[in-house]
Amino acid sequence: MTVSVTRPSALDLAAIRADFPILARVMRGGNQLAYLDSGATSQRPVQVLDAERDFLTTCNGGVHRGAHQLMEEATDAYEQGRADIAAFVGAAPDELVFTKNATESLNLLSYVLGDNRFDRAVGPGDVIVTTELEHHANLVPWQELARRTGAALRWYGVTDDGRIDLDSLQLDGNVKVVTFSHHSNVTGAVGPVAELVEQAKAIGALTVLDACQSVPHQPVDLHALDVDFAAFSGHKMLGPNGIGVLYGRSELLSAMPPFLTGGSMIETVSMEATTYAAPPQRFEAGTPMTSQVVGLAAAARYLGAIGMNAVEAHERELVAAAIDGLSGIDAVRVIGPTAMENRGSPVSFVVDGVHAHDVGQVLDDDGVAVRVGHHCALPLHRRFGVAATARASFAIYNTLDEVDRLVAGVRHALDFFGGA
Amino acid sequence: MRLEQIYQDVILDHYKHPQHRGLREPYGAQVHHVNPICGDEVTLRVALSDDGEHVIDVSYDGQGCSISQAATSVLTEQVIGQSVGQALKTVTAFTEMVSSRGNVAGDEDVIGDGVAFAGVAKYPARVKCALLGWMAFKDALAQATDDLQEVKG
Repeated sequence: MTVSVTRPSALDLAAIRADFPILARVMRGGNQLAYLDSGATSQRPVQVLDAERDFLTTCNGGVHRGAHQLMEEATDAYEQGRADIAAFVGAAPDELVFTKNATESLNLLSYVLGDNRFDRAVGPGDVIVTTELEHHANLVPWQELARRTGAALRWYGVTDDGRIDLDSLQLDGNVKVVTFSHHSNVTGAVGPVAELVEQAKAIGALTVLDACQSVPHQPVDLHALDVDFAAFSGHKMLGPNGIGVLYGRSELLSAMPPFLTGGSMIETVSMEATTYAAPPQRFEAGTPMTSQVVGLAAAARYLGAIGMNAVEAHERELVAAAIDGLSGIDAVRVIGPTAMENRGSPVSFVVDGVHAHDVGQVLDDDGVAVRVGHHCALPLHRRFGVAATARASFAIYNTLDEVDRLVAGVRHALDFFGGA
Repeated sequence: MRLEQIYQDVILDHYKHPQHRGLREPYGAQVHHVNPICGDEVTLRVALSDDGEHVIDVSYDGQGCSISQAATSVLTEQVIGQSVGQALKTVTAFTEMVSSRGNVAGDEDVIGDGVAFAGVAKYPARVKCALLGWMAFKDALAQATDDLQEVKG
């Protein structure tokens, strides 16, 4: 199938798109799929599917138990996967804990931070700081931690162009945790990581980075960013779902008590007491996901082979074109920065007179898949006085032609609803 | 063109010219329902006759997509003036059609302009939009009936 790319690009987009068979689908409206919802879940290349199939058809077995050959090979594949993913995000292998998704990663962390066996745990009178633009996954667990411990939750507000407003809150010595998104999943704003880490360190607070929307789209070096913890998910970075990652600095993970307990995470067990394995096994209770780790490692290698600088440059071209095209429609308001400085992938917008759900329905009829709704960020939508937005989000396989179809589809929606 | 199947003229007309919109006094019960998927919401009031036998007014306010707004408008047109029993039958018939994936055509004699939502039934993601106001009405009707019975009791 030929892929229409209206302007030249350094990448061999046709070859990349051929790795994603789903992109060739013709949808119910009779148009080829233009998948602009990778911020919700990304599509997977055949290399990821082949890696999972190869693992399952040659060396599937329980990891970290028994002594037969399959178990050894499965364990090797699992731990090599951890090493590949760690290298991709600039971490040491034993600093990555596998979870079922990023939400679980953040819950794991928030539970341990309420456990008084951990000397960095929060308690009454302490303050947890988040921001008004977080995904619910990086807000609700902290509300719950505050409720359980008697700590208070405070937050940075959001500027009119959808960025974390550093002037809206002053950190003091009571702050024990500062948690924030690397890239907003709605506005696309890239967070001021260096400033927030510096301010948090100055008062001795832990930093937590929600990196779900950054790891798939730009080079991320967690050691260089100097955050204490980070969470990201497999299915947003061309990998499988059912797998997420929690990153924690080695010395912190070593000092942390477990969250979930049971098999695989112990050192020794008696009827009276149990001692726990070293990280990361301490935080991986029960039989872990295996083919998902293998698949996620393949996704990391796939992105790494293209090069994250090239991925970022390509997506910036798409985002700039989307903002430019949408801004050319009078009835459209982009919720988020319209300049490309510190600007990531999602482009969220409202259309005067046409509800986001209806915009999405017309786009769907044109074969263009976007997310509509509040994108699990209700407080941010309230901040902008809207109930719902339409969101186009991009990945390495998208084309400028698809951006043009998005813009044409929004015009189509306006025409159809007659500016009602 | 599939868009015309889902957005039939009747729906667009109700969307652009909603019937019975706005919150009114008096009322027997008021409810607030949201669609957690998209954030759409409706506040809806039901007023029953003194004997509790008839729906004498349904008023509402809210914001949402064309489907949810038009469906609520159609609801009010159908059930205002009906007996409580008839209104419940109307709700059941509309719910059955919208939830049928397109297998139930809907009876115009029972659900009136509601038959225009038969196309929506083929889009599972929009069924909750169509039902938002209707489920709010069902809830409010039950509360108003209960309250009346408590007063009588």
